[in-house]
Amino acid sequence: MSSQEQAAAHVHRDDVGARMGMWLFLFTELILFGGMFILYSIYRYNYPDAFHLAAKELNTIVGTFNTAILLTSSLTMVLAITAIQRKQKALSVFFQVITIVLALGFMVNKYFEWGAKFHHGIYPGSETLLAKPAGEILFFGLYYVMTGLHGLHVIIGVVLIGIMARFTSKGIINSDSYVKLESAGLYWHLVDIIWIFLFPLFYLIT
Amino acid sequence: MEHNEEIHVEHSHGYGIYILVWLALMSLTGITVAVAGINFGGLTIATALIIAAIKSFLVLKVFMHLRSESKTFRAFVGVAILFLLISFILLFSDYSFIVRN
Repeated sequence: MSSQEQAAAHVHRDDVGARMGMWLFLFTELILFGGMFILYSIYRYNYPDAFHLAAKELNTIVGTFNTAILLTSSLTMVLAITAIQRKQKALSVFFQVITIVLALGFMVNKYFEWGAKFHHGIYPGSETLLAKPAGEILFFGLYYVMTGLHGLHVIIGVVLIGIMARFTSKGIINSDSYVKLESAGLYWHLVDIIWIFLFPLFYLIT
Repeated sequence: MEHNEEIHVEHSHGYGIYILVWLALMSLTGITVAVAGINFGGLTIATALIIAAIKSFLVLKVFMHLRSESKTFRAFVGVAILFLLISFILLFSDYSFIVRN
């Protein structure tokens, strides 16, 4: 692959610009979640005891397990990029598929976690929840909105990485042109970073 | 358009560094969980946030390839994080001031 060939094949290509665009989009995501973190800190400041009490309802083991799953999926995502850089196409697709499997595992855990809460009558607007003190209602409100929005991002990530895996196997993403995979990776790592903060703030209040 | 082709900064395409960072992230998660059981009073949340910040730094720098991007990228990310922090600090200090008075 000579550089002239590459330039001729992709005249309008600007990988640096594409990555920059992805980063700019990630900044808007940062502001979206940042606003919620501000809301969380204000309410936690107002209701420290209720937050401690409510957090005890959350399962730390499931939370820790999900953190490990998400961190590992971030690893497999970055390995998929390294594999395509090294022209190991099959390995790259394999790593992307593993990333998707881990992400789905995260969502399955989330399903059981939320399911258990629902079973105990703790869901937005439920009588059990509304009978609790204001601070606990706020805690669970924030819990459902923030982990829910994060979960939505995980689902979007699964779809994106699925498309990237297809592109990779079709050769649209190859060792010469893999900025799409890099951008999907950037998105996936941001989802990971958000969880890195959500985890201690919701599951580890002792 | 002749300069439009991608100039890849050919950093080491090794798998090793990523596995090392992953191990560090997993260990830090273990530390956060272990430390959460100990009561440091007001420092408990600070400890959790500092560990989360270290983990985020590792993800940004290595997984998100900021270490091999140009200075422009690092400046962009730095400014974005700085302004997020400023809005946090200003809002929170303002709010705690209102509550106290």
